[in-house]
Amino acid sequence: MTTLNATHLSLEQIGISFTRSGRTTEVLRDVNLKIDKGEFVSLIGHSGCGKSTVLNIVAGLLKASTGGVLLDGKEVNSPGPERAVVFQNHSLLPWLTVRENVALAVDKVLKSKKSKPERRDWIEHNLALVNMTHAAEKRPHEISGGMKQRVGIARALAMEPKVLLMDEPFGALDALTRAHLQDQLMEIHLRLKNTVIMITHDVDEAVLLSDRIVMMTNGPSATIGEVLTVPLARPRKRLELVEDPTYTHARAEVLEFLYARHAKPAIAA
Amino acid sequence: MALGTTLGRVVAAKREGARAPLVTRAALKGLVLRIVPPLVVLAVFLLVWEILCQRPGAGLPPPSRVVTDAWDIIVHPFYDNGGTDKGLFWHITASLQRVALGFTLAVVAGVLLGTLVGQSEWAMRGLDPIFQVLRTIPPLAWLPLSLAAFRDGQPSAIFVIFITSIWPIIINTAVGIRNIPQDYRNVAAVLRLNAFEFFAKVMLPSAAPYIFTGLRIGVGLSWLAIVAAEMLIGGVGIGFFIWDAWNSSHISEIIVALVYVGVIGFVLDRLVAGLGHLVTRGTATA
Ligand SMILES: Nc1ncnc2c1ncn2[C@@H]1O[C@H](COP(=O)(O)OP(=O)(O)OP(=O)(O)O)[C@@H](O)[C@H]1O
Ligand SMILES: [Mg+2]
Repeated sequence: MTTLNATHLSLEQIGISFTRSGRTTEVLRDVNLKIDKGEFVSLIGHSGCGKSTVLNIVAGLLKASTGGVLLDGKEVNSPGPERAVVFQNHSLLPWLTVRENVALAVDKVLKSKKSKPERRDWIEHNLALVNMTHAAEKRPHEISGGMKQRVGIARALAMEPKVLLMDEPFGALDALTRAHLQDQLMEIHLRLKNTVIMITHDVDEAVLLSDRIVMMTNGPSATIGEVLTVPLARPRKRLELVEDPTYTHARAEVLEFLYARHAKPAIAA
Repeated sequence: MALGTTLGRVVAAKREGARAPLVTRAALKGLVLRIVPPLVVLAVFLLVWEILCQRPGAGLPPPSRVVTDAWDIIVHPFYDNGGTDKGLFWHITASLQRVALGFTLAVVAGVLLGTLVGQSEWAMRGLDPIFQVLRTIPPLAWLPLSLAAFRDGQPSAIFVIFITSIWPIIINTAVGIRNIPQDYRNVAAVLRLNAFEFFAKVMLPSAAPYIFTGLRIGVGLSWLAIVAAEMLIGGVGIGFFIWDAWNSSHISEIIVALVYVGVIGFVLDRLVAGLGHLVTRGTATA
């Protein structure tokens, strides 16, 4: 569609330090990453290394101390709907129904792009995309954790973002629900060709979903340790991949990085 | 507070009872168990009062005399002979009007100021200490000052209501705003909600349970204050009615008026709590 290989999203020399009670810690240093349009990139690393911080900087929710983020060549430094976020803990507004949560985003973001009836249809379309039409009238506390994440994804997708940012979207879910949502996400990504950055702790999830896996070193002063390309054709089928040598090799590479070369330093209780 | 939740539960139980008849008996039993004890206590209280005040030289009339003495004002709440010679209904209406006006002003100003204090570190630092001092001033202490400023009883009474009920509203709203989870702020930021949309669509609903706690305290305080203020400013109003009855030694009328004051205070509290329950869809404690 667009010019081939033109960098879509680029993280340039990102560094950030936090000062808490007079002590300054450098959390990220020299994070550089270029992402193409439609690419699915996952970010993996040990807890506390700074994955959420990277994502929040791209989202514009945090300001980098050094460096910056370019989206289609333009610097971004405030949050906006073209970089929609699926939050780790779903972050649905509890006083709104499922449909109203999606509608809040659609009515605000697509106000000038779509007429009112078009927006109504678009809301329903996105609810259907994540199979949540049946529970559209329910409030967040009335639906399961997996359903909440689905609504969070629908809300983000409904903004027609250039980049979809997901912070451990399936982290809090049981294995079965997680597998089901992963399949749904792959299907959606195949259809919409969004650019996605997803944080995960799950090596299988990273390999199954990603075009590239970005592995981060441990903090403080964390940075990108290695980037692994996953050359598996799409659509990918989880059952067929179990035996696939490319899959097992990629999986082994990530495990090796995380547990041999950058093992988590002993966690102080 | 307790009675409200009680009634709510009973109603809920009854609704289920329509489908499963076996539950009806349990629900009915629950209702009886909740309504009988206060009735028994009330009966015992009236009986003791009757016995204690029967003997000659008692300072207060017994309940039976209260009813016979004050029969006129009990059965004719709507009479109106002009001036301040009106039925209880008119006095209570006048008081409620003052409360409605003063309280509404306090809600608007209180929620806005509370939002400011909750949202801005600077406003908090500057205003909070001042609020903490002002809120300890007893309601009636404001009355002379407001009389001096307004030179009229009516606006002064309304001002006293306003200044009495605004503090809990400000403080609770500020706490509610402060407690808005960062997640909701992030959602609003990603959507680029403007300040007004953020206020209406995120802040108010998120802080609503806290705001309604403040409103309940506020409405209770304003009802306390109006009765006292009206005793001093005169005119039509339940406070003046009580003071007037005292001056003409109609003790029974005072007692009847007190019952009304208590019941109406209770109803006001329940109204605000019920509204909160409705608005917050059950997340505010009713
Ligand atoms: N606002 C902040 N102030 C101070 N320190 C912070 C702040 N936000 C994050 N940090 C620190 O930055 C480091 C990285 O945090 P971050 O949340 O990005 O980790 P993470 O990789 O997402 O971890 P997890 O996998 O557990 O979610 C942590 O050590 C954390 O304590
Ligand atoms: Mg994180």
